[in-house]
Amino acid sequence: MSVQASSAMVDNPWLAQSVEVATVTPELPGVATYHLRFRDAGLNERYRFRPGQFNMLYLPGVGEIAISLSAANEMSGTWDHTIRVAGNVTRTLAGLGVGGELALRGPYGTSWPLDECTGADVILVAGGIGLAPLRPAIHACFTQRKRFGRTTLLYGARSPDMLLYRRDYDVWADRGLNVSATVDRFQPGWSGDVGVVPLLVDRLRPLTPANSVMFLCGPEVMMRYTVRSALERGLRRDQIWVSLERNMQCAVGLCGHCQLGPAFVCKDGPVFRYDKIERYLNVEGL
Amino acid sequence: MKAVARPRNSPQSETLLLAKQDFQAFLDQLWQGGYRVVGPTIAQQAIVYDEIRRVEDLPRGWTDEQSGGQYRLTRRDDEAWFGFVVGPHSPKRYFFPPQVAVTQADRTSNGWQFSEVPDQEPPYALLGVRACELAAIAVQDRTFINEQYVDPIYRRRRERALIVAVNCTQAASTCFCTSMNTGPRCTQGFDLALTELPDSFTVEVGSERGADVLSSLPVTRAAPGSLLAAEAARQQAVDQITKGLDTKDIRDLLLSNLEHPRWDEVATRCLSCTNCTMVCPTCFCSSVKEVSDLTGDHVQREREWDTCFNWDFSYMNGGIVRNQIRSRYRQWLTHKLASWIDQFGVSGCVGCGRCITWCPVAIDLTEEVAAIRENPA
Repeated sequence: MSVQASSAMVDNPWLAQSVEVATVTPELPGVATYHLRFRDAGLNERYRFRPGQFNMLYLPGVGEIAISLSAANEMSGTWDHTIRVAGNVTRTLAGLGVGGELALRGPYGTSWPLDECTGADVILVAGGIGLAPLRPAIHACFTQRKRFGRTTLLYGARSPDMLLYRRDYDVWADRGLNVSATVDRFQPGWSGDVGVVPLLVDRLRPLTPANSVMFLCGPEVMMRYTVRSALERGLRRDQIWVSLERNMQCAVGLCGHCQLGPAFVCKDGPVFRYDKIERYLNVEGL
Repeated sequence: MKAVARPRNSPQSETLLLAKQDFQAFLDQLWQGGYRVVGPTIAQQAIVYDEIRRVEDLPRGWTDEQSGGQYRLTRRDDEAWFGFVVGPHSPKRYFFPPQVAVTQADRTSNGWQFSEVPDQEPPYALLGVRACELAAIAVQDRTFINEQYVDPIYRRRRERALIVAVNCTQAASTCFCTSMNTGPRCTQGFDLALTELPDSFTVEVGSERGADVLSSLPVTRAAPGSLLAAEAARQQAVDQITKGLDTKDIRDLLLSNLEHPRWDEVATRCLSCTNCTMVCPTCFCSSVKEVSDLTGDHVQREREWDTCFNWDFSYMNGGIVRNQIRSRYRQWLTHKLASWIDQFGVSGCVGCGRCITWCPVAIDLTEEVAAIRENPA
């Protein structure tokens, strides 16, 4: 019974619920968005998450991985995860196809602090597949458009053919998001910027630092330099949030793998206000 | 003359006396009450926890000699039953087992069915639990029960257990419970607390559950002479403690010295062998692996103790975060003594000294802290 299923997710943090792959959207070579639906229709109806949170996806006999939610898909009634093939679980998942079955527990972790940012200019900064955990925040900017000031996406990828969700940029722009993309390596046909993401922060105009917040997700080195640029542009450390990646195995602060200083990245993060994690994030090998 | 302190959670203020000749009846009572009695016994030349059915199973007449990197059993010149300090095991292994199935998946005609694995363990009666181990249980309660997410296996086993503590009457050179305010006297967290005398035990009752166990046994009210003898025996342990750890501002001291050269120095000695974490009564790290039957239709997720000293513990897509022993030792020590306080409001160290005894190269965490304190960044 569905009520039982719902409470089981709370009572036993190890127990996952059955989901199926409703559709798959190929994104990039080795990257696809998996649209997942709970087999328990009631649970699928009740499930909620906040932008920036993640789920544990489980394939019996293969393993379990932490993956950020990249969208709540109202059209298809699915919960979307954009995943790059990197290890056993992601490779097996990629081979499942539509109708394939796996299990999910979640959502876990902290979220982008949209509720605290009313009236602010929202600057979203992503590198590579780090755009996926920010996409629900982009969607929230549209559904709550009046709530925020100027909304901007600064995005960098290795090359033009590695730009994630590229089909959406025009739609996003039409809905009021200022989209700037840059690539590390030029390819024929690319007329946008070439260079690293922090350069987009350096050049961002207009910018009202006192009234801005920045949400940041990408490789740690990219986030470090982006923060440096943001601080130079006049943002304060407490106006910047970062989403961190660590080895998350239990997702509930019990297994110890994801610790960064005093933080369990799984439950105290993955989204941290920068001033609260900076002193640990910048210690090598911590 | 010292007053006999009463346990803070004692519903019964009167200290009782249980004769050693009635101890077998006490064990029988526990087994008949459905408990699986687990206590100290000798195996592989160490005092470890295992099933105790007969008083003969206890390490009567043996003691443990411990120092950095050293553990030896030797004969005592008396027949004391609990005349030792602590061995490599701790009660941790019963509430947070070294290996346990957390969930299972079965392939059916309707697809995979995911379910809990019923925990079949009978309730434990843990016998011989020391004050530092009571403190360690309280520390692990914070991790597994008191936070946002609860571990169901730990909670079930913990809530059903009966804890029969035994006060230390001696200390090892590795003991520093007095620095951590965790012992050597058992003051809370037990159902019964015993102090061993030559022919009897004084018994403090810490709970109704403990009182119930005694109800059919021939216990008497402890006479003043027995109380004084018990106090003197406990005082021996206090007097023998020589090691100390200065815990003043220890969190800030360690977290503001994350780049201290001492981490490089200790890394030249540390083997990253994981012994310290395996014997630690509070370390809680684990990993889950998939265990499938031959058909692949039945899969269990088995949780095993893991440790921050394992090289791939911090593995992630981008590589190993703590690739150096320096990083791994720093993680262990700063977690245990500093960031644990941020996470759970208490130190992760109870001063039992196991990590010192069982370190093959005798690294002593109290010395590592002292070295940083002496010359902070």
